[in-house]
Amino acid sequence: MPGLDDLYREIILDHYRSPRNRGELETPPAAKAEGFNPLCGDEIVVYVATETNNDGDEVVSDIAIGGQGCSISQASASMMSAAVKGKTLTEVANLTSSLKSMMSIEVEGTDAAVDSDVSLGDLQALSGVVKFPVRIKCATLAWNTLAEAVTPTD
Amino acid sequence: MTVVAGLDVATIKADFPILNQDRAGSDGKPSRLIYLDSASSSQKPRQVIDAMSSYYENSNANVNRGAYSLAVEATDLLEGARQRIASFIGAPSSNEIIFTKNATEAMNLVARSWGGTNLGPDDAVLITEMEHHANIVPWQILAAEKGFAIRWIPLTEDGQLDLTDLDRLLDGVSLVGVSAMSNVLGTLNPVRRIADAAHAAGAIVLVDAAQLVPHVPTNVVDLGADLLAFTGHKLLGPTGVGVLWGRAELLDSMPPFLGGGDMILDVRKDGFTTNSLPHKFEAGTPPIAEIVGLGAAVDYLSNLGMDAVRAHEVSLTAYAMRTLREVVGEDLVIHGPAEPAARGGVLSMKVGAAHPHDVSQVLDQHGIAVRAGHHCAKPLMRVLGVNATTRASLYIYNDEADVDQLAEALVEARDFFTL
Repeated sequence: MPGLDDLYREIILDHYRSPRNRGELETPPAAKAEGFNPLCGDEIVVYVATETNNDGDEVVSDIAIGGQGCSISQASASMMSAAVKGKTLTEVANLTSSLKSMMSIEVEGTDAAVDSDVSLGDLQALSGVVKFPVRIKCATLAWNTLAEAVTPTD
Repeated sequence: MTVVAGLDVATIKADFPILNQDRAGSDGKPSRLIYLDSASSSQKPRQVIDAMSSYYENSNANVNRGAYSLAVEATDLLEGARQRIASFIGAPSSNEIIFTKNATEAMNLVARSWGGTNLGPDDAVLITEMEHHANIVPWQILAAEKGFAIRWIPLTEDGQLDLTDLDRLLDGVSLVGVSAMSNVLGTLNPVRRIADAAHAAGAIVLVDAAQLVPHVPTNVVDLGADLLAFTGHKLLGPTGVGVLWGRAELLDSMPPFLGGGDMILDVRKDGFTTNSLPHKFEAGTPPIAEIVGLGAAVDYLSNLGMDAVRAHEVSLTAYAMRTLREVVGEDLVIHGPAEPAARGGVLSMKVGAAHPHDVSQVLDQHGIAVRAGHHCAKPLMRVLGVNATTRASLYIYNDEADVDQLAEALVEARDFFTL
């Protein structure tokens, strides 16, 4: 069995102990989505504000994370919030796809424009999760919730 | 040899092949499997596994059909199990034992058959805040169709039912659904008291006994139940078989649940005539080998004696509550009643700041299996103000050494995740 150190890398524990961007944003203008892990009862709330930059792309201008969860889901949410701030929604989609492919998740219906090969930076620390299959859902919960928050609903 | 209050745990452990294995630990060091998740599903003794193998090797045929001797033998094995299960729970007649898939199906049967006939917009069903989803969601599904109200018996601070307002809550109620023992808190509920009050108010009582029957001597008549559901796999038996017990007169008055073979006396183009109990509620070929296995499980527990089983669990629960508090210290919270005699061996814990998922991950590295999550009781989790708990649950094959190792591993988990 892989060891605990594979799963709980120092950087993950750091984000778990000192989560970044905890809180709420006013909705609207920010969008909000809630994600649940029915397995363990964890829930996560993602608030995300976007604005259009000079190139006409939508950019994550602010993000806040609420809810409760295990160290993996909380650290993943915290790292995600740090990683996506200032990124365009296309860049966020690429990052999400990259993270999921690290988790060995086949991303269905991904359009060709999405690049699953972008550098993950600190998020690489989540690579150990793949050895603990029941925890993959913990690591991806925040990302799925963010995707839901930025998907236009009409 | 470990002897706790009448059970010879070392001998019992030897009857469970699965417990005789090592799990690989984090450092490659093997750890003995310490199984503390029996409230989810119990392990199975050799006697149950052998009874099922023997059924398939020697006696397999469909039941209630063939005229040949093998089919008669299979039917006799099934009906023999039904009789032993009936006497295990003090049922007046084995015709009152309905085999279902599990306790969940048994409660859905009651909701669909009894509830579908007896509940309308002016009615109400009373359940408790500590129910398992299996005694909540079937009523919610039906309420959406029939428009009746669902009321909830609240909890006290120490995880008991708060019965202060029981008479007011019962006003206009047709059915009370109550768990006899909480799968989260271990609380043993005063079913008889609730049943007496419910009957006085003109309601019938459905008891979720999934956690009770495996651990506490159970007599359906003494409980005052009208209907009672439990499952085989928490009771040393296989998955795929559960039981609904009901008073014969009540079951007779209820329409069938699933339609098909076995549950009819006659089928014509213009309709059908239902079979008598218990077959009326047993459409299709039943899980015969599983029923035979459940019969063997009940024999195993009867041989130990349910009084001895209960005494062992009270004693081990007391030891666990004391030891875990001593070893882990102040930042361990055990939800539910403080008094071991008022509860079963279900210990739902908060371990410092560590999340249950993380605690269970650390424990797994030591071969210790516990449940982390909401235990299919989300309304209760909301009352407790938590998303999840770490739950260790004890059974006949657990001993003080298991508890000692759990305590040590909990300290490691707590320290690893200290904020």
